[in-house]
Amino acid sequence: MYQYNEYDQTLVDERVAQFRRQTQRFLNGELTADQFRPLRLRNGLYIQTHAPMLRIAGPYGLLNSKQFRTLAHIARKYDKNYCHFTTRQNIQFNWPKLEEVPDILEELARVQMHAIQTSGNCMRNTSTDHLAGVCIDEIEDPRPYCEIIRQWTTLHPEFDYLPRKFKIAVSGSLRDRAATQFHDIGVHIVKNDAGETGFKILVGGGLGRTPIIGQVIKPYLERRHLLSYLEAILRIYNLFGRRDNMYKARIKILLKESGMEKFSAMVEKEWQLIRDGRELSDDRIEAIKAYFNPPVYDPDAAQDQTFEHYQLTDKAFSAWVKHNLANHKIPGYRAVFISLKAPDTAPGDMTDTQLDAVADLADQYSYGEIRITHRQNLVFADVKELDLYSLWQQLDVLKLATPNIGTVTDMICCPGLDFCSLANAGSIGISKEIHQVLDDMDYVYDIGELKINISGCMNGCAHQSVGHIGILGVDKNGSEWYQLTLGGSSENEAAIGDRLGPAIAKDQVTKAITTILDVYVNQRQDDESFLEMVKRVGVTPFKEQVYANH
Amino acid sequence: MQIIKDKEIINNSWSYIADDDALKTGDISVSVSRWKKDKDILIKHQGKIGIRLRPEDTTGDIADDLGNLQLIELDFPSLADGRLFSHAWLLRGRYHYAGEIRATGHYLPDQVFYLSRVGVNAFSPEKPEDLPVVLASLNDFSVTYQCSIN
Ligand code: SF4
Repeated sequence: MYQYNEYDQTLVDERVAQFRRQTQRFLNGELTADQFRPLRLRNGLYIQTHAPMLRIAGPYGLLNSKQFRTLAHIARKYDKNYCHFTTRQNIQFNWPKLEEVPDILEELARVQMHAIQTSGNCMRNTSTDHLAGVCIDEIEDPRPYCEIIRQWTTLHPEFDYLPRKFKIAVSGSLRDRAATQFHDIGVHIVKNDAGETGFKILVGGGLGRTPIIGQVIKPYLERRHLLSYLEAILRIYNLFGRRDNMYKARIKILLKESGMEKFSAMVEKEWQLIRDGRELSDDRIEAIKAYFNPPVYDPDAAQDQTFEHYQLTDKAFSAWVKHNLANHKIPGYRAVFISLKAPDTAPGDMTDTQLDAVADLADQYSYGEIRITHRQNLVFADVKELDLYSLWQQLDVLKLATPNIGTVTDMICCPGLDFCSLANAGSIGISKEIHQVLDDMDYVYDIGELKINISGCMNGCAHQSVGHIGILGVDKNGSEWYQLTLGGSSENEAAIGDRLGPAIAKDQVTKAITTILDVYVNQRQDDESFLEMVKRVGVTPFKEQVYANH
Repeated sequence: MQIIKDKEIINNSWSYIADDDALKTGDISVSVSRWKKDKDILIKHQGKIGIRLRPEDTTGDIADDLGNLQLIELDFPSLADGRLFSHAWLLRGRYHYAGEIRATGHYLPDQVFYLSRVGVNAFSPEKPEDLPVVLASLNDFSVTYQCSIN
């Protein structure tokens, strides 16, 4: 993974020093709350319901064991012994004290971490595929380009006060696991006819209040022009994006209101004026790529026989193998999903003990690296098949081996009313209740791939509009109600879910979900997935059953 | 009143003339619309001429006039309006304006490092007591990741 040199370290250290001065000026009354707000947001600090919330960047979701130990330490020393992983591959602490945040940031800087631009109307953490570098459908590893983009976006002097937040995602594989069609800019690695690497650029996608699928603005961009093209898009957005209404300020609205033709003409004109002289050199790209060279794999890894054996003899292990592993491009290796969706825990949360233990396991089994997925789980990308059984046993003890990846209980869930001051309704409680009734794993496996996403308000942090089943908390005369949608997807066949019907009272949500699942189980054809069935029949058969008694 | 120019505290010699006020002697700046309307008179003015740019103005509209202008003020209605950062970049990077670009209005000392990077070389802080903070903040970072004007 990328390692800071002195230059990177200086930048992050100077940022911490700057924020320390800013916090001090705020505490001295030299900055008003309104003036301090954009400054603290750009350092990841929100003011939430109970306490400040600090969001720390997981650069394209990639961390190492040392960084995990620091997270554990921060959870213990400054928080209530846990942290939360988000859909943007970031990490959140829910209980830090404002005056201690500069100290936290200083501790993070020592292990090459920061909270720069994790909130505020600026360019956010670039996200990517959690299986980058190891998946079998990869065209090229996206992480070097993510790092190049990370550096370019960090403290960009011209684009730090944008109309609204701005998110970039990069995918390097055939299957889009980074939801690039729902980003302000989506970057797809592609090859041209000559076999050269370039990018297909999408623009104007987004979730939140107005979910929109991104459109292709450049079918093929030579890779050396990546940054000048991003600069052109950002300049047009910075100059012309709406600033009169925060709900219409994302680039997707500018694109919608000006039309793709006019928008892309503006970008093209701007790009033509700046493209020469800003090229990424091959040397620069190769230098960054070198940080992401694969580890030295064991050439005999595929010789192992024990893995097969344990699958035959241990049913629980074999269920975990079936659901929590992904294929690896090197024979004898697998990528392992660490489920943060155990029953009775808030989705995406981890305790300090778990963080420390996972750090040790990563060192032992996966070259010391840990990835955060946008579905709020973790990945060990390079585990030998020979090691899987003992890894599984240890994860199981830590309650990190729930064999439910990709299933209905692998829910994405935002902090909701429990923590977030913007929430209309709770989300963690809903996920726990659904988890509780779906305790029959055979039933869960029979349902197959099904993604439930639960957000506590329209901001849609849990991407409910692209959940196969989306659950959105709404406020109805001061009580918690939920709007359900069906058929959304953030992958290749991107779709925004259709509304099932009127909002449902809190105590009816779990019942509605089980009804929807029953309709699917009873009416599916052959091995049709839930998503395929919704596409075929629409929402009506589900709606009839869910609202039958209303 | 004092301002910072080229990293030094100096006395300000300029005054801004509101659209319906009479012109006065000395170094004056006016709005883009006043410049357009009274250009012929302003060109003959004894003293230097500047323009006060608002975020909603278009730099391209004054590109041909830059040779007559010794000052361009970027007038922040609020610290969050980032359009002026692009205006500064365009003035320096695209139209090669070499005169003074000065930030004025409602912005924070915490933004002057970025402003200096996109080509702003003078700062009139909102509160006079901020002068030392502005001066110090110009050195907030000794390293940068991207190319810009500076
Ligand atoms: S979706 Fe709403 S409630 Fe949930 S975290 Fe985001 S802003 Fe808060």
